[in-house]
Amino acid sequence: MNKFSVTDLTLKYGDFKALKNVSLNIAANEITSFIGPSGCGKSTFLKTLNRMNDLVEGCTITGQVLLDGKDIYNDMDVNTLRKTVGMVFQKPNPFPMSIYDNVAFGPRAHGIRSKSQLDEIVETSLKQAAIWDELKNRLKKSALGLSGGQQQRLCIARALAVQPDVLLMDEPTSALDPISTLKIEELALTLKKDYTIIIVTHNMQQATRISDKTAFFLMGEIIEHGPTEELFAMPKDQRTEDYITGRFG
Amino acid sequence: MRKMAERMAAYRKRPGSLVLFLLTVFSAFLVCLTLLLIVGYILVKGLPNLKLSLFAWEYTSENVSMLPAIINTITTTLIALGAAVPVGVCAAVYLVEYAKRGSRLVALIRITAETLSGIPSIVYGLFGFLVFFVTFRWGYSLLGGALTLAIMILPLVMRTTEEALLSVPDSYREGSFGLGAGKLYTIFKVVLPSAIPGILAGVILGVGRIVGETAALLYTAGSVAGVPSNWLGSGRTLAVHMYNLLSEGLYTNQSYATALVLLVLVAGINALSSLVAKKLTKR
Repeated sequence: MNKFSVTDLTLKYGDFKALKNVSLNIAANEITSFIGPSGCGKSTFLKTLNRMNDLVEGCTITGQVLLDGKDIYNDMDVNTLRKTVGMVFQKPNPFPMSIYDNVAFGPRAHGIRSKSQLDEIVETSLKQAAIWDELKNRLKKSALGLSGGQQQRLCIARALAVQPDVLLMDEPTSALDPISTLKIEELALTLKKDYTIIIVTHNMQQATRISDKTAFFLMGEIIEHGPTEELFAMPKDQRTEDYITGRFG
Repeated sequence: MRKMAERMAAYRKRPGSLVLFLLTVFSAFLVCLTLLLIVGYILVKGLPNLKLSLFAWEYTSENVSMLPAIINTITTTLIALGAAVPVGVCAAVYLVEYAKRGSRLVALIRITAETLSGIPSIVYGLFGFLVFFVTFRWGYSLLGGALTLAIMILPLVMRTTEEALLSVPDSYREGSFGLGAGKLYTIFKVVLPSAIPGILAGVILGVGRIVGETAALLYTAGSVAGVPSNWLGSGRTLAVHMYNLLSEGLYTNQSYATALVLLVLVAGINALSSLVAKKLTKR
């Protein structure tokens, strides 16, 4: 079943075409990874899926993005969309407040006030992000005191706290050490039972380790998209082969 | 010691650099000396004249009490802040969060604010006089004076708040929007709280200017020495009080004592300002 179905998406920053007529279907409860050299449009594409590009001035979008059959640019409130499609950023960006308040931020923004309900959400979210045991005794401490890897898992917990369906991850491990990276990858694999995960990565090993499907982006276009194993074992397009064998990028 | 000797040898070769070196040392010394002289002079002249009668509840021409003036200063400060801070902060929020970055409107507002902060305070006084005294027919009033001061510190509050908001990383905003929080929620729950140290530093600087101001108040709040029964009455702040004592020529000693209190107040506020900014940014 398709979670996202994108047809003919073109995105321009001013006059620069960052995405050219991109069409792609993304299946539910799978991990899809986007690979490609810097500036190929993979992050830009990811950000159209929860309309974070709306924040960029001079950005225009044509085409259609359907989430569960609903047009996210026309039939959906942007805040509801972002609640349904959560996002984890390249650099961990916890808010300068306590760990508890970080996780409770989203639920509070959506109107949950009851203390017991928030307590429960914070606990389940942190457990889902596999960081509860590390943090349960310091929930009132500032989130800025955590290590980079912990901060990133906290950000994942924060995204999970609003109960999204989809989790977008924009190079979530590029600022982290190998051990933290491993933990995030394990986490992604356990989370895919309940969530659809889309991950942008520069690391092709990472794509092969965790993703079910892979899409290869180049110069604003999707060159190839398919099951990860197939795409890496026998790429259909010469450019894909050149990229994954390290001839450029 | 050897270093010193080496230096002296070098200077002997180039006497010009010795002169320059001595000049810089002298200039630095002069700056410190000026401050020390002023503070020392006020301390010496003011301390012996600091009597309990100067803090009596009622002003009479016998005791020339400054307590009413202190109370007026506090009232004026609170009214002025109450008017200037919300407007200044909202204006800054508009400029940083809502207006298009780099738009001409933003540039215009910024230039306006900068020009406003360069206007001599007596000009604000004249403006306040024409608006509040003449046009609104308030006469000399604490409210008119406070609003004049509010206009005076508005650009200061706005600019410091703007700087504070600009220094909030965009990743905080993205994080909040990414969770589906709305713009207002993001501003009030994430952006403004992170900017509070900077905003506070600006506010405290504003308080410093209010407390030290005379020219803008002479023709707006007037110089009645008591505490007015309401905000539309005339009343003098501490700085104006001092000005009056001094210009009357009869209470020079008491005006030194007042100067001392004023100096301590302003120095205290400035110290508080840097302390608060340091404390809050440390996090």
